[in-house]
Amino acid sequence: MMPWGLALAAVLFSLGLAGLLARRNLLLVLVSIEVMLNSTGVAFIAAGSGWNQPDGQVMFLFILAVAAAEVAVGLALTLQLHHQYETVDMDAAAQLRDREEE
Amino acid sequence: MPVLFAIAALIAIVATALAITRLDAVHALLYLVVSLLAVALALFALGAPYLAALEVIIYAGAILVLFVFVTMMLNLGKAGRRQERAWQPGRSWIGPGVLAALLLIELAGILLRAPPRLPVHTIGPEAVGQSLLGPYVVGVELASMLLLAGLVAAYHLGRGLVAKQNTKMKAGAR
Amino acid sequence: MAPSWHFELLWLVPALPFASSLVLLLVGRWLGRRASAWLGAGSIAAAFTVSLMLALGWAAAPPPGGGFTQILWQWIAIANFRPRIALYLDPLALVMMLTVTFVGFLIHLYATEFMRESEGYSRFFGYMNLFVASMLTLVLADNLLLLLLGWEGVGLCSYLLIGFWYTDEANGLAGRKAFIVTRVGDTAMIVGLFLLFQQLGTLNIQALLQRASAHWHIGAAGAEAAAFLLLGGALGKSAQFPLQTWLPDAMAGPTPTSALIHAATMVTAGVYLIARLHPLYQLAPLALHAVALIGLATLLLAGCSALAQSDLKRILAYSTISQIGYMFLALGVGAWSAAIFHLVTHACFKALLFLAAGAVIQGTHEEHDIFKMGGLRRQMPLAFWCFLIAGASLAGLPLVTAGFYSKGLILWEALRSPLGSGALWVGGLIGALLTALYIFRLIFVVFYGPAQRKVTHFAGAAMQAPMAVLALLSVVAGALNLPAALGGGAWLDRFLASVLPALAGGRPTALGELGAEAIAAAVFFLGVYLIYMFRLQRPALTEALMAGAAPRALRRFWFSDWGMDWLYDRALVRPVVAAARADRHDAVDRGFEGVGALTAWSHRLLSRSQNGRLRWYAAWLAGGAIALAAMAMLR
Repeated sequence: MMPWGLALAAVLFSLGLAGLLARRNLLLVLVSIEVMLNSTGVAFIAAGSGWNQPDGQVMFLFILAVAAAEVAVGLALTLQLHHQYETVDMDAAAQLRDREEE
Repeated sequence: MPVLFAIAALIAIVATALAITRLDAVHALLYLVVSLLAVALALFALGAPYLAALEVIIYAGAILVLFVFVTMMLNLGKAGRRQERAWQPGRSWIGPGVLAALLLIELAGILLRAPPRLPVHTIGPEAVGQSLLGPYVVGVELASMLLLAGLVAAYHLGRGLVAKQNTKMKAGAR
Repeated sequence: MAPSWHFELLWLVPALPFASSLVLLLVGRWLGRRASAWLGAGSIAAAFTVSLMLALGWAAAPPPGGGFTQILWQWIAIANFRPRIALYLDPLALVMMLTVTFVGFLIHLYATEFMRESEGYSRFFGYMNLFVASMLTLVLADNLLLLLLGWEGVGLCSYLLIGFWYTDEANGLAGRKAFIVTRVGDTAMIVGLFLLFQQLGTLNIQALLQRASAHWHIGAAGAEAAAFLLLGGALGKSAQFPLQTWLPDAMAGPTPTSALIHAATMVTAGVYLIARLHPLYQLAPLALHAVALIGLATLLLAGCSALAQSDLKRILAYSTISQIGYMFLALGVGAWSAAIFHLVTHACFKALLFLAAGAVIQGTHEEHDIFKMGGLRRQMPLAFWCFLIAGASLAGLPLVTAGFYSKGLILWEALRSPLGSGALWVGGLIGALLTALYIFRLIFVVFYGPAQRKVTHFAGAAMQAPMAVLALLSVVAGALNLPAALGGGAWLDRFLASVLPALAGGRPTALGELGAEAIAAAVFFLGVYLIYMFRLQRPALTEALMAGAAPRALRRFWFSDWGMDWLYDRALVRPVVAAARADRHDAVDRGFEGVGALTAWSHRLLSRSQNGRLRWYAAWLAGGAIALAAMAMLR
């Protein structure tokens, strides 16, 4: 018997990962991250329900808090990026790299 | 119950897939809202009514609204859509698609190899509340501190921008 | 009568010249010429004085046991390898010490005037004193390691002094050639020392010789090997075949250097070494026979080469090589004290020849070619008489010259000794003929005939006095060892008998000693007569004979030292230079560089992965997660 809750979580996580790797717009990247966080929450709840314990839901609550904080900071950073570079292209902010000496 | 779960899951998957492939940021966000509502239904079907409500209120109702506000502030518009088209040719999905598919296959494999028995129990708000104020009270305090940190950071990072916006608006008004 | 505290002064003999050389080399520039001259020559005079005192003390009361050891300090102390800085005095060392200091002093005195116009005056005396100190260390050394120290020291000073006028590149090259050729010999000698220590456990000479006869039977492989290896060193230092090519080129150095180092003392170090270690050579008959054969070959080779030269000092250089060949011949037939006798007389007349040559060269304004000189007999009488006396002694004018007695003794021993043979004797006689030919050729060409140059500069007292003293010695030094057949007491032989005992037994010969001496005298007169006829009486005939193709080719062959320089150049120098050029980029270094280059390349490769793009990093994270999940799954 397939644990459908976990399956849903797996599918949503993969979709979020694909979106994270493929999109260049920083907003869409943050959206994909949200999708992934949400999917882990679903997994937690499914598991907690299976064990008949509230711990799964408690985990999801904490994930919610983390997502909220992260989104706030992330969007503030997106605004800064747009202000500095006039674009929301993620690849524009690639200055932390090893520069060739030659 | 299982039927509800199946429908909700399907909608969630389709909506998510659409959300990550839109060219317009606002469209993507709206699809994501739909996806989150569907996930809330799925959570309800999994026996977590309290969290389902919280999903709608906090996730879709606060976090995504914040997203929408910021997107509208950025005001990318038609130029944004054109840009997205340039950035996202069809072949840019191949690599990520492969990686995501690999991960999905592995997870499916793990699940199918020794499928755990997961019966669905409904756990009401009282149990969750008691758990939060009991064993997980430290976690709650930490979460509140985290939210405070996020608040301070967002305020600090956004400070100069607001002043600039104000001067721009004032200049525009004249 | 003389108290034994005399012998405690032994250490002063090498120490005085050494201290003087230090002072001259370090602060000589500020001392000025007079002070440098006094210090340079004075230290050798002081060393000679002490040597004389020691000799007198020895004559009055020789120490018990036949030898006196003065231990200065412990040099090295590792496990059972404990050489010390210690000096050993015995009759052989005494004779060598007196020769080195006396002839050294005379040459230093000569040099104070000879070098007066050269720059680097105090440097010269510093090097010369250092040389004398090293040579004294060599002859007084109590163990082979200290001897090696002196050996290397004289080699160093030889190099420094050959290239003394270093601003001319040719001098530096000559010094380098001398150093490298002797180094070949030195390497063999060092390996020999390793072998001796490994087999016998000590390098102390007296102990080593005792253990050798206990450890090895006659003809043992270890003894032969050690003897041959040490012979290699002796060949290099004494310029014998096949390592003789450096000595003619060493004439690039100042004449006092040629006199002291390359005639009287350093080149005799090989002779001293073999004489000192003669018990070892008696255990190695093959090596001893090789010594005689090499001596014979060298004396003939060098004699022929001397006959074809035209540079004044080169003739004398080949003559030195040839005379040392005689000493090696004497050693090879077991006539140890005869070799030392010839060493002493040779030091006198060869040094005189060089000093007189120096006077001639300075008088003719640095002319070296004998065919551009002539008729100097009237212009430089002192030089003429010195050359005549020394040349006569060299060739062996009977009865009145020292060389007659010393060379005669060697020839007699070559015939009569149990290790000798008639062939060796005849070879020695041919060499004597050649000697008379080349030295009188030199005298007749330089001092007779029409005068080609006007001599404007004459030697002063400082140069004349040593020459006079050496001329006297070249005549009377034979009295040291007059043979019994001529009514003498053979004093030197008896004095050295405790250290250098004569070989027992002897071959029966048809001639007696008197007969052999008579034949040697006849050879001398034949040689002088021949060259007199060819050079003075019938020069035209000589020119005609020499003009043929065969004589000219022979002369070219002998002029180039039997083609040995050419041979070494083709066989050794060119391959080494070619190999060095091929390895110009140092193949081994490439390996090390390769490691560095590989590291840098892999760094560049890895740094590409830090391109600052977030999606790239995210992809790697995802990849890592997938890999881990796969690992977990496949468990």
